[in-house]
Amino acid sequence: MKVRNSVDRDKFGSTKMRKFMMATVAAAAMSGAVAAAPVNAETLRWAFQGDAQSLDPYSLNETFTLGLLGNVYEGLIRRGPDLQIQPALAESWEIVEPTRWRFKLREGVKFQNGNDFNADDVLFSADRVRAEGSDLKTRLAGVTDIVKVDDYTVDFVTESPNPILHYEWATWYIMDKEWSEANDATAPTDVTAGKENFATRNTNGTGPFMVTERETDVKTVLMPYEGWWDTPTHNLTEVVFTPIGSDSTRVAALLSGEIDMMYPVPVQDMARLEGDSNTDVLAGPELRTIFLGMDQEYDELLYSNIKGKNPFKDIRVREAFYRAIDIEAIKQKIMRGLATPSAIMISPFLFSRSDEIERLPYDVDMAKKLMEEAGYADGFEVGMDCPNNRYVNDEKICQAVVAMLARINVKVDLLAQPKAQYFAKILRPKRDTSFYLLGWTPGSFDSWNVMYNIIGSPEEGGRGKFNVGGYSNARFDELTDMVLSETDADARDAMIAEAFKILHEERGYIPLHQQGLAWGKRSNIELAQRADNQFMLYYVTKN
Amino acid sequence: MVAFIIRRLIQSLFVMFFVALVSFSMFQFIGDPVNQMVGVETSLKERAELRERLGLNDPIPVQFFNYITDAVQGDFGISYQQKRPVSQMLVERLPATLELSLISALFSLLVGIPMGVYTGLNRNGFLAKCFLTISLIGISLPTFLIGILLIFFFSVTLANLQPISIFGLFMLDPKIFQLPSFGRGTVVDLGWWTTGLLTVDGLKALIMPSITLGLFQLTLIMRLVRSEMLEVLRTDYIKFARARGLRNRAVNFGHALKNTMVPVITITGLQVGSIIAFAIITETVFQWPGMGQMFLQAVTNVDIPIMAAYLMLIAFFFVVINLIVDMLYYVVDPRLRIDTGKGSGHG
Repeated sequence: MKVRNSVDRDKFGSTKMRKFMMATVAAAAMSGAVAAAPVNAETLRWAFQGDAQSLDPYSLNETFTLGLLGNVYEGLIRRGPDLQIQPALAESWEIVEPTRWRFKLREGVKFQNGNDFNADDVLFSADRVRAEGSDLKTRLAGVTDIVKVDDYTVDFVTESPNPILHYEWATWYIMDKEWSEANDATAPTDVTAGKENFATRNTNGTGPFMVTERETDVKTVLMPYEGWWDTPTHNLTEVVFTPIGSDSTRVAALLSGEIDMMYPVPVQDMARLEGDSNTDVLAGPELRTIFLGMDQEYDELLYSNIKGKNPFKDIRVREAFYRAIDIEAIKQKIMRGLATPSAIMISPFLFSRSDEIERLPYDVDMAKKLMEEAGYADGFEVGMDCPNNRYVNDEKICQAVVAMLARINVKVDLLAQPKAQYFAKILRPKRDTSFYLLGWTPGSFDSWNVMYNIIGSPEEGGRGKFNVGGYSNARFDELTDMVLSETDADARDAMIAEAFKILHEERGYIPLHQQGLAWGKRSNIELAQRADNQFMLYYVTKN
Repeated sequence: MVAFIIRRLIQSLFVMFFVALVSFSMFQFIGDPVNQMVGVETSLKERAELRERLGLNDPIPVQFFNYITDAVQGDFGISYQQKRPVSQMLVERLPATLELSLISALFSLLVGIPMGVYTGLNRNGFLAKCFLTISLIGISLPTFLIGILLIFFFSVTLANLQPISIFGLFMLDPKIFQLPSFGRGTVVDLGWWTTGLLTVDGLKALIMPSITLGLFQLTLIMRLVRSEMLEVLRTDYIKFARARGLRNRAVNFGHALKNTMVPVITITGLQVGSIIAFAIITETVFQWPGMGQMFLQAVTNVDIPIMAAYLMLIAFFFVVINLIVDMLYYVVDPRLRIDTGKGSGHG
């Protein structure tokens, strides 16, 4: 099988090679004698359900795009297999003043085109990531000034003390100033400008792999970069990435050995891959929390038979909904074990004191009693919005919730739509929903992100941007602001814990579970599965 | 003839204009492209600005006018998602779709017509009944299911089989029959066209998708040829031809088959259009890097420039194919040539 693979594919690895081969290939192929490359066990073929949208590292703040590029580009820091922060292009850093961070850059690092890496590239990248068209402007939110101290030292000055300044910098990739300028790619692609940017399809990073061939949505070939500053632990000589959108085809390709690794594994196929002696499934918790939101902002519930008031403003109704949901059933029957029930709005992985809050137990009788007390013994009607192609089994979860709420006489009218229509309907400014399912991964791996975006009181400046239900608590907002600038870790955790307790006591949201992630691989592949669902090629070994 | 072609091409412009108009009025119902273009941390203000700059806040007629004005100049815009010119992306994807469609159309014709003739001539033959039964599968099973079944057998099962001993003479490794489950295999870049027809694994990769795509058409053509053959074989001129003592071959193929061709050409022509258009499903199952797959992704991501250009291109294909079909009538049916002569005389 391996022989077949190596015989048939990729004789024309690079574009140059392809042109060269063009003339001779027809004759060779006709005689069935395409020259076989030596059997090469170190080519890794892998597939994901989609492709990176662009190779420009600032064009889209999305897990897969940034994950793929993380093999080519590097940030000042990087995340290890357990997401711990490690030095990368910065060797070390210190806080010289509460609002001034000093980063000592690594010397002797070269970009893949041979250019030297130095402070100018960091300054350039800082400008570029904040330019029009960049989707990663928040990476430097709150940074007021960036000072080049010398060629290998850079100071970041912030508006106020920020203990997690560098948390998201593992995906703020440093680009080469000279290369970008030479190729007229000094700003990220702006769709409205009407022309393609050189960086959309070309890369020049400092990372362990180089992109040697790129056909969007078809194939991306990467080769190890010999001049990488770090010692490689992988044993790959070539990596071929192919997007395969259809779930069953992706599973089939892994079973047949055409690819070595793929993700995500559809939950219904996990048993099958585990049952096959040649394939394994790696399952683990992901950082994404799935939860239900209830509208507490409108004075009258939308899509309901209740007129003139909003039952969700009553804490008893919210609690009844919470208690009516049988989270274990969802975990077992719908997620087939690939989920961890959750009591707070952030992964326990990312907040040390998360075990202080427990889920309200599933209790239909109590839920009924609460509904009765609130004056809705006969229940009411409510519309529910749900995506059907965004999260693992999202639509099925919603259907289960509908059935569970029927037990407390709530009649839910479910509208499950593709994400494009779903988000347009529920998100601000339209906010056309009363009851919805959403998932969230804090990009910074930190609670503040969740508190500010999902739970904070909605306001113009950006707070509560994804707080669709409009939950609002003044103390919570106060704590959110304090968390942002508190530099003492213990005090900070105490504030976060207090905030999450307030939310829990007020039943502002119904957290459901941490969605699991499942990767499939051939048995001869060793790799590290990171909880942020990024696949790092430099942890891979092929036996 | 030239006037006829020009007239039809002008008609095609109207068709495309109309398709663009209809698709534009649909686009406002398929969701918000801006949400698909930015990450979660982009602020509402920035989203609103982007929407404004893309012109999504303009009234639909204005958006449509702007689009048509650019399209007439050959500018189909930039993909919202991939941020590359749409025309360039379509040109890259076109060869994959056309190659697949062409091969599966050829497959359905070259297999379907002989099968139709055979079943027409040997109505009660055992083999003919087998063909008809098997052809029911082609009509009744949905395309994606056929594709998945093929993948399951030819990619997965064969890959995991042990070598079989053939009468103790030699070992047959089933893996040599294994077919790739996704992609186009190795393609050769001719500069203006990429083809998988010149490499072994390119050809291998074509087998399953083209069977999947062509099976329905094959069945249709076979049944059409069969019923037309049965019809024609009953006519007087066939009886007369036989009475004159012409050989069976001459009667069946020279006279009967030729006269069944007019409806077959019509149907085939229309079907080629739908093969191209409905390659979407096959392309998705086999991860075939064609236009259909790109269109489907564009729908998921509300990538309006791609959707608009694709729909117009497909409309154009249908018009061109219909034109070719009309011209083919002249070739096979002499009566039409005489009619047009009279018609143009009046005009």
